[in-house]
Amino acid sequence: MARRESSAKDSGTRTNNGKELAPNEAPSELLRELVAHLRQNRTQLREEWVGRISETRLLTAMTKEEIFAEATSVYDSYVEALETETFEALQAYARNLSERIIPRGVETHEVVGIVLLLRDVLARSLFAKYQADFRKLNRILDAYEPAANRIANTVAVGFVQERERVIRQQQEAIRELSTPVLQVRERLLILPIIGVIDPQRARQLTEQLLRGIRTNRAKVVVIDITGVAAMDVTVANHLVQTVEASRLLGATVIVTGLSPEIAQTLVTIGVDLGKMNTVGDLQGGIEQAERLLGYKVMAVAEPR
Amino acid sequence: MEVPILKQGEYLIATFQAALSDADLENLRRALVHQVVRFRSRGVIVDVTAMDVMDSFASRTLREIAHMIRLRGAETVIVGIQPEVAFAMVQLGLTLEGVATALDLEEGLAYLIEKFKNMD
Repeated sequence: MARRESSAKDSGTRTNNGKELAPNEAPSELLRELVAHLRQNRTQLREEWVGRISETRLLTAMTKEEIFAEATSVYDSYVEALETETFEALQAYARNLSERIIPRGVETHEVVGIVLLLRDVLARSLFAKYQADFRKLNRILDAYEPAANRIANTVAVGFVQERERVIRQQQEAIRELSTPVLQVRERLLILPIIGVIDPQRARQLTEQLLRGIRTNRAKVVVIDITGVAAMDVTVANHLVQTVEASRLLGATVIVTGLSPEIAQTLVTIGVDLGKMNTVGDLQGGIEQAERLLGYKVMAVAEPR
Repeated sequence: MEVPILKQGEYLIATFQAALSDADLENLRRALVHQVVRFRSRGVIVDVTAMDVMDSFASRTLREIAHMIRLRGAETVIVGIQPEVAFAMVQLGLTLEGVATALDLEEGLAYLIEKFKNMD
């Protein structure tokens, strides 16, 4: 409940329309007042904001029409969050918006930038409205600032979370794409590895291979690393472990396609190459595998 | 808990149940060597399919079993190591070096038969 305070400083402060102010207006009352102001001046403030956005050259990936459409939604969500003091709806909107604009190449700094610009535009308009009454302006800002900061935070976090989700999804897709375990003959598997192997991918590779050995009852596996440019010591160790683990399941591993750089890495880390079966290229590897499995491949006719 | 040892012609098959204590492993080693001598077996298959964890003691015991049986002129094959267990083992550096391994019982028997076919 508001208490009337008498203050020596309080000598007839007046608002623009001449009404005397209650010294302690309740914060929610102030919030309502400022929300009303923002709604009333919606068109003008939104335009000002969009102007600032193009001035600072943000959202260059989007067309003017798109920016205007999104700006309208953002403005309305912003004001609503201020009014209701709840942020779930805003968070949901932020994720939704992010889902739409991330594929367009919009960056984090742009999203944070435009939200802060809106905060500034609205703050300036509050300064202008209450410029005659510093006290009231202070109180209005007391109500506005925490909410505005929370809004900026919510939108930025929502955007970043969506980005992270997309990145995780893409990483998963890349991983699944690039480690197929292929059976080319009875008891013979091929694992062609392409691209960059990080420890996580190496681990996934090993697990996938071991499961494949068990499922296909493979006796020989050819791991081809022609498509792997470089390998650090950690990953080289993973490769050795993969060979050893495969042996525990009764399968022999032949590694093919070692580049000179990778061969150097393996020698440097002191891999006992007597334990690792290596052949120059994939063709040679498959031929050796076939020999191990007791196959003999002969041409019986001319190629057609 | 005693590990059952079955006789299959010239081969012995020992099947692990899950969770063997150190004492159980010791007993198994004694029993296997004893039986190899008694039946003049040529090969031993140790089936660890039911084992979901392999520690360094178990790993060392299996190597010792293989060694001792080889001293009797017989061959040991460890079969049924699960993918997850194999992965964990190599990360701990337990590679069962010097001991033959195969995917399962069928492969283990095929390995022993092949090995002794070449010897005869």
